[in-house]
Amino acid sequence: MIDKFVADVPAALAGIADGAVVLLPGFGNGTPETLVEGLIAQGATDLTLVANSGGRDTGPTADLLATGRVRKLICSYVRPDSVAGRLFAAGKMELEIVPQGTLAERLRAAGAGIQAFYTPTGADTLLAEGRETRIINGRNCLLEYPLAGDVALIDAWEADRWGNLTHRESARNFNPVMAMAAKLTVVQTRHVLPLGGIPPQNVHTPGVFVHRVVHVPGQETTP
Amino acid sequence: MSFRPLDRAGIAARIARDIPEGWFVNLGIGIPTGVSDHVPLDREVIFHSENGVIGAGPAPAPDQVNPYLVNAGTQHITLRTGGAFVHHADSFAIARGGHLDLCVLGAFEVSETGDLANWARAPDEPVKQVGGAMDLAIGAKRLWVAMEHITKGSGGSRLRRVCSYPLTAKGVVKRVYTDLAVLDVTPEGFRVIDMVPGMTPALLQEKTEAKLHWA
Repeated sequence: MIDKFVADVPAALAGIADGAVVLLPGFGNGTPETLVEGLIAQGATDLTLVANSGGRDTGPTADLLATGRVRKLICSYVRPDSVAGRLFAAGKMELEIVPQGTLAERLRAAGAGIQAFYTPTGADTLLAEGRETRIINGRNCLLEYPLAGDVALIDAWEADRWGNLTHRESARNFNPVMAMAAKLTVVQTRHVLPLGGIPPQNVHTPGVFVHRVVHVPGQETTP
Repeated sequence: MSFRPLDRAGIAARIARDIPEGWFVNLGIGIPTGVSDHVPLDREVIFHSENGVIGAGPAPAPDQVNPYLVNAGTQHITLRTGGAFVHHADSFAIARGGHLDLCVLGAFEVSETGDLANWARAPDEPVKQVGGAMDLAIGAKRLWVAMEHITKGSGGSRLRRVCSYPLTAKGVVKRVYTDLAVLDVTPEGFRVIDMVPGMTPALLQEKTEAKLHWA
């Protein structure tokens, strides 16, 4: 019997090593807050964190960054007045800025076995300095490589024991693409359904991309 | 004769007038976010939000807030009937793949060749705020910019021969809506197609670093 449920958060996060690349979804909602708290308690350090933004002064991303255990942040957006902004300004954290669509596509490429792709996004900007560009169909394009994670922390609304998932409304955001891009994909789910309980045509993230699921009842995503 | 500049809502309303039924439209953060408030509900325009919302609707009543439904500015919104949700890679496939009829973005500067600068005020600015702007700028069928004509404080013109701030994308802006005028970006440069009442060509040129052309 395939059963990806684990007993608790420490079991879900067991084995995350120092130096890991951690994929963390979320865009106003859809961040697995309990897993982030668990990662902070678990203690892995020297992490590379991949997220859409560097977060604010409070909240899961800020809390993780404030531990000082993130060596490098890869994201599309850092607010000036945030934990991330101050860590970078103080030289205490590396920062790689990636346009949001390129970030999503690099993650998708990692999950899909695409070894590189060219895109016009960012090709005529400072982000292209020192990097390979090429004119394709008359447009200047920038070479981009996949972005894979050692672990993805995923937020779900419903899950079954095969790891099939649904996500609420816009809380879907980066969850499906990050789930497919990591060696170890760990899910926190608000609800547990029996196998077949999610109508097959309504599965947003199929279980093939999921390794461990932990039930976190009552856990609201970031409002 | 004196002129009165449009306020931010006035710029948004002016843009909304030019969006026809049937367009699929992305609105950036800032002045553009307000554009949808000025499109009447019986004119079917579908608004896309970069975080995977298709059919974004107005803000909910305070007692109807859904914490799982936000727009690109992480403000609570509603979903129009017929709307849908997609994940981030699909959402940006919409943006990058040429599926948007229109994207409206804010900007620091626009050049007369359609270069857009809206993510950093200096190359060494310590904080970087790219977000989805570079993807939206290269991918939409039309890119319009909504911004004030003059920078507050310094008083400098935001319509430039050449952008002084780092570029978001090159040669992409098709039209600019400011608090003073509407200008198309053409092969010869900025062409004025509308001005606020009371504005004169000479005064508008005085307030604009780039050379203006007239239809």
